[in-house]
Amino acid sequence: MTEPAAPGATAAAPAGTPLLEARELTKHFVVHHKGRNRRTEARRARRVPSDHHAGEEQPAEPGLPPAPPEDQRERPVVHAVEQVSVSLPAGGITAVVGESGSGKSTLARLLARLIVPTSGQILLDGHAVPASSRGRRGYARDVQLVLQDPFSSLNPIHDVYYHLSRPLLVHHMARRGPELDQAIASLLQRVALTPPDQFMHKYPHELSGGQRQRVAIARALAVRPRVLLADEPVSMLDVSIRLGVLNLLAGLRADDKLSILYITHDIASARYLADSIMVMYAGQVVENGPAATVTDEPAHPYTTLLLSAAPDPDRAAPPALAGRGAPPSLVTPPSGCRFHPRCPHAMAVCAHRTPPAFEVTAGHQSACWLHTGGLSAAESHPLAGRADGLVPSPSAPAPGKEP
Amino acid sequence: MTALLEIEGLCVDYGIGEDAVHAVVGADLVLHPGEVLGLAGESGSGKSTLAYAAIRLLRAPGIITGGEVRYHPASGQTVDLLAADEEQLRSLRWSQIAVVLQSAMNALNPVLQIGVQLIDVLRAHRPGMSKAAERDRAAELVTMVGIPADRLASYPHELSGGMRQRVMIAMALALEPRIIIMDEPTTALDVVTQREILEELMALRQRLDFAVLFITHDLSLLVEVADSIAVMYAGRLVERASARGLFSAPRHPYSLGLLSSFPPLHGEHRHMTGIPGSPPDLRALPSGCVFHPRCRYAMDRCRTESPPPLRLDGAGGRQAACWLQDGVTPTPPELAAAEPGYGDAPAAQTAGSQL
Repeated sequence: MTEPAAPGATAAAPAGTPLLEARELTKHFVVHHKGRNRRTEARRARRVPSDHHAGEEQPAEPGLPPAPPEDQRERPVVHAVEQVSVSLPAGGITAVVGESGSGKSTLARLLARLIVPTSGQILLDGHAVPASSRGRRGYARDVQLVLQDPFSSLNPIHDVYYHLSRPLLVHHMARRGPELDQAIASLLQRVALTPPDQFMHKYPHELSGGQRQRVAIARALAVRPRVLLADEPVSMLDVSIRLGVLNLLAGLRADDKLSILYITHDIASARYLADSIMVMYAGQVVENGPAATVTDEPAHPYTTLLLSAAPDPDRAAPPALAGRGAPPSLVTPPSGCRFHPRCPHAMAVCAHRTPPAFEVTAGHQSACWLHTGGLSAAESHPLAGRADGLVPSPSAPAPGKEP
Repeated sequence: MTALLEIEGLCVDYGIGEDAVHAVVGADLVLHPGEVLGLAGESGSGKSTLAYAAIRLLRAPGIITGGEVRYHPASGQTVDLLAADEEQLRSLRWSQIAVVLQSAMNALNPVLQIGVQLIDVLRAHRPGMSKAAERDRAAELVTMVGIPADRLASYPHELSGGMRQRVMIAMALALEPRIIIMDEPTTALDVVTQREILEELMALRQRLDFAVLFITHDLSLLVEVADSIAVMYAGRLVERASARGLFSAPRHPYSLGLLSSFPPLHGEHRHMTGIPGSPPDLRALPSGCVFHPRCRYAMDRCRTESPPPLRLDGAGGRQAACWLQDGVTPTPPELAAAEPGYGDAPAAQTAGSQL
C-alpha cells in the first residue's frame, strides 16, 4: 500500500534508495547539575584504587569526546548515540539489539524526530526532511513509533475508538461518521482484534497487555505509515503472547511492505523476526549484518558476549561468559573502542584508536580491530591487565579489508 | 531424600465470599535440600502468591483458605508454617527462609547506606554481635556477591541495577538461610548482568548449600538453572518435572506452548505460533480445564471436567494436570516424547516421535 499524497515522497526516489536512511547520527545530551556531578566524580576518584568498575571509566582522553557546540562547551554530555548510520529498505525488518543504555531507544526517538540530532542526517526516500511544519507532519505520517509499554502509552480515560480516531482525524485520513467507524473497524481487524465491535468501545484497563499493544500498533498503522519504529514492542508482554505480536509485525511487513525497525534486547527474537541485525554498544554500532549470520557467526566480541549470556535451553553445559563487567559511563566513554575494557581480545590498538566498520563478509560489518590484517606487532599486543592470556589472532576470521 | 519444604493442597483467595478470586488452587510442591526449584508462569498466574503464602508473607486481602505447608528444620521438630505464631515465624524468617525481591530499588531503603541496611539485619537477628564483627560480616557478605567492600558506604542510587540486586542477594544470605525464595531476581536486568548474577548464585549455592525457589516467567532461563520446574497457569500447577524432562518432553499443552514461544538461537528459521489467545481473567475462569480455550488439543471432557494432577513416569515426581495424560486418551506424539535419562516412559514407545 503506498501513501497517496506524501509531500515530496515516492515520486523522485531512484531505485535502490533505502526508504529511510540515517547518516552518522549523533546525539549528545547535556548533563545538568554540574556542581553535583563534580562532587560525585570527585568521590568516585577517591574510590578508584579498590573499585575497578569505576576505575575503568576514569581516564579522560584527550582525543574524545568531540568538541560540543559553542554554547555547551565545558558542560559534560552523555554520548548517547555516536555516528550511527541506519538504512531501512522498503519491506525489510531491521533489528537493533543492545543492552539498556546502548542508545537503541534514543536512536528510535531520533528517527521519529521526537528529538533533534546533535549532528547527522535523516533521509526519507533519499530526501532530507523539510523543516516546514507541513514537511514534519508528512514525515510523522510516514514514520510511526510504537512504544514499549502499552500500559502507559494509552490514555486510561479514553477508549480504543478515541485512540484510533485521533491520528485519522489529525491527518485527515477519515471524516467523522460512518467513514471513521469503518476505518477504525478495519484497523482493529488488521491487528486481529476481532470482532472489532467488541473492542471499539473498550477502555485500556479492560484489555490485556497483548491487546493493548495491538491497539498501540493499530494506532500507528492508522495513518498508513511506510516505516514502523517498534521500540521493544513485546518486552512488557507475557511470554505466551509475545510471539503473536511478533508474527503480527511480520505479517504487516509481508502484506503492506511496511519497513520495520525492531528494537530489542532479546537477540533470539531479533533473529526470529528480522532480516538484518545491528548490534549497538555504548551508543555505537559494533556489528551489522544479516540476522542469521550475526547470530550464527558473530564477528564482534560484544555480540559473542551477548550470545553467550542469552538464555538457551539447547545448551548442554553452563555457558562460559565471553567477557565481564558493565557498560561504561557515556559521559566519559572509554577511549578507542568503547568495548575494550570488557573485551577478552583487547589489544594495544583498541585502547587508543576507534575501530572503523570492517567488512567481514559481503554485507556483514564488524567494528573490531580483529578484522584487519594491517596491525603492527606493537598494536596487536594483548592489552596489559586483560583477564586471560587469550591470543586474539586465531579466533579472528580471515583478515578483512577496509571498507 | 527428605524434603525441606512441603506444600500440600495450598489454596489462596483474594477477597472473601462470592467475589473472592481464587489465586492459587490446590498447589503441591516439594523443595529438597540444595535444590533449585523453578516456578514458572505468566504474570497473574499466582506464582508469587503461592510462594508468599507458603512463608506467610501474604498481605491482605490475600487469605490462605486451605492446605498445609511444612518446614523441616535441620534439627528439631517439623514446623507447620500455616499454624505457626508470629514468634515462631520470626525465628524462621531470614535465618532459615530468606526472600530476594524483584525490584531491588524498591526493596532497599534509599536514604540508608547499604552497609547500614546489612548491619540492621544482623542486629535484629543476632543481637550478641560486636560492632566490629557486624562490620566484618557485612564486608564479607558484599565481597561474596562480587561488590568491593568499600561500597558499603554507598547509597542504593549510587549502585547500578545489577549491583543493587547483588546487595539484595547478600542481605538474603546474611544469616545463612537454608531456603532462598527468589522472586524474578534478574528480570529487570540486562542479559549479561543476569548471567553474571546467576553464575555467582550457583557458585554460592555450591558453597553454602541452600535451596532456591526460583520464581520467573522466563522458562528458557529456568531450563538452564533449575533442577526441577513447576509450571503454573491461572493459579494451578499444571506440570511438575525435572528441568531436562520438561524441556525435552513436556507433558502439558501449556508447557509445550510456552517452550515453543521462545525463538531459538540456532538452526533453521521456522514459523512459530506461541499460544493463541490471552491468559484468563481470574474473576471469570473458563469451566473445566482452565487452559482449554487456548488449547489446541481440547476435547469435550476438558470443557466440563477439571483435570487433577496426574502422576506420570519421569524424574522428579512428574505430574501433569491434563486429560491427555490419563492413560486412556491417546496422547499426541509431541506430548509423549521420551524423557532423556529416564528409560521406560511407556507413552514414548507408542508415539515413536520426537519433538
